[in-house]
Amino acid sequence: MYDIIIIGAGPAGLTSAIYAARGGKSVLVLEANMAGGQIVNTPMIENYPGIFEIKGFEYTMNLVKQATDKGAVIKYETVTKMDVSDSEKIVYTNAGEYKSNAIIVATGLKRRKLEIEGEEEYSGKGVSYCATCDGAFYRNKDVAVIGGGNTALEDALFLSEYCNKVYIIHRRDTFRGEKEYADRIKNKDNISLVLNSEPVKITGEDTVTAIEVNNKETDESVILEVSGVFIAVGQIPSNGIFDKVLDLDEQGYINAGEDCYTDKAGVFVAGDCRKKKIRQLATAVGDGAVAALAAMEYLL
Amino acid sequence: MEIVNLTAENFEEEAKNSNKPVLIDFWAAWCGPCQMLSPMVDEVAKEVENVKVCKVNVDEQPELAEEYAVMSIPMLVLMDKGEVVKKSVGAIPKSEILEFIKM
Repeated sequence: MYDIIIIGAGPAGLTSAIYAARGGKSVLVLEANMAGGQIVNTPMIENYPGIFEIKGFEYTMNLVKQATDKGAVIKYETVTKMDVSDSEKIVYTNAGEYKSNAIIVATGLKRRKLEIEGEEEYSGKGVSYCATCDGAFYRNKDVAVIGGGNTALEDALFLSEYCNKVYIIHRRDTFRGEKEYADRIKNKDNISLVLNSEPVKITGEDTVTAIEVNNKETDESVILEVSGVFIAVGQIPSNGIFDKVLDLDEQGYINAGEDCYTDKAGVFVAGDCRKKKIRQLATAVGDGAVAALAAMEYLL
Repeated sequence: MEIVNLTAENFEEEAKNSNKPVLIDFWAAWCGPCQMLSPMVDEVAKEVENVKVCKVNVDEQPELAEEYAVMSIPMLVLMDKGEVVKKSVGAIPKSEILEFIKM
């Protein structure tokens, strides 16, 4: 029996764990994959107030250490179901079941897939979702980045340091990402923009050799010869298991306000999985603190 | 069991000619998910006796990374009698690593 079970060990969940454990509560954090979530893939965090620069995984390791030093327990298990109808709540995982008096859901987001031909087949054979992990394998080669948000632009800039040529394939003619990145891209000779275009299929032999893209305005198809395709088309929530339990919006985010209360007593939500406008590291940890303090108040 | 760092020099002896299956973790210092996976692989190494656990630093051993067609890291490779049995890309929790090394 725990005071609080936190689902998800990203920045939001681990911040909740730090606050709750420091407040004397017994805390279990359940993580389906690896601690840190999306921030692990960020090579350098440069906008966290008070910290000039820190690598994403170092920041994660600090969070994990801070939470466990304060007494929180982290278990790497996948939550399959939860029962929150009584004051004593039950969380079921692939490995067992755990009881608590309060729950904080901090499941974050998972990467969106393109869902085109060749994506699955060549995953790990030229198709990548992590430019910072895999960029170095494409030294002096031609690659494509799919997407138009911050991650895609960051990835393209990162890859332009290693690769011969980087195509950015984006379905609109303007980028959603920060202006600073868009400006930096303009100054890179080896980045080529393929706008108003949608990827159609990824082809290859043992590994990727090309991507076919369709220009939406002219309806013409172009085949770009590339060795790597880096997919950065955003994230989606993974709250499917809470569908019957919590109030989700049509995109799958948990409906809750800035107070992090859900529609179920004793269940709180923190971070990117909550319906909100801005999803940043700073707002995730902000939610983590709010949710933990709300849970502790509920437990009084 | 002790983790073996594989190099082009010891690969034949330690991995290919191993008398038990070999789990190889291809990693690099600059890869965040690799840093997250690494301690899980260490824990697996402490627990299992029937599989030899090894690591390859792809920066220091580019020939091995190329020979095993490593294009995404972290990559786990399970090898038996010198042959690749399966591969897994990305950081996975310990329970999945234990599942992965089942022959």
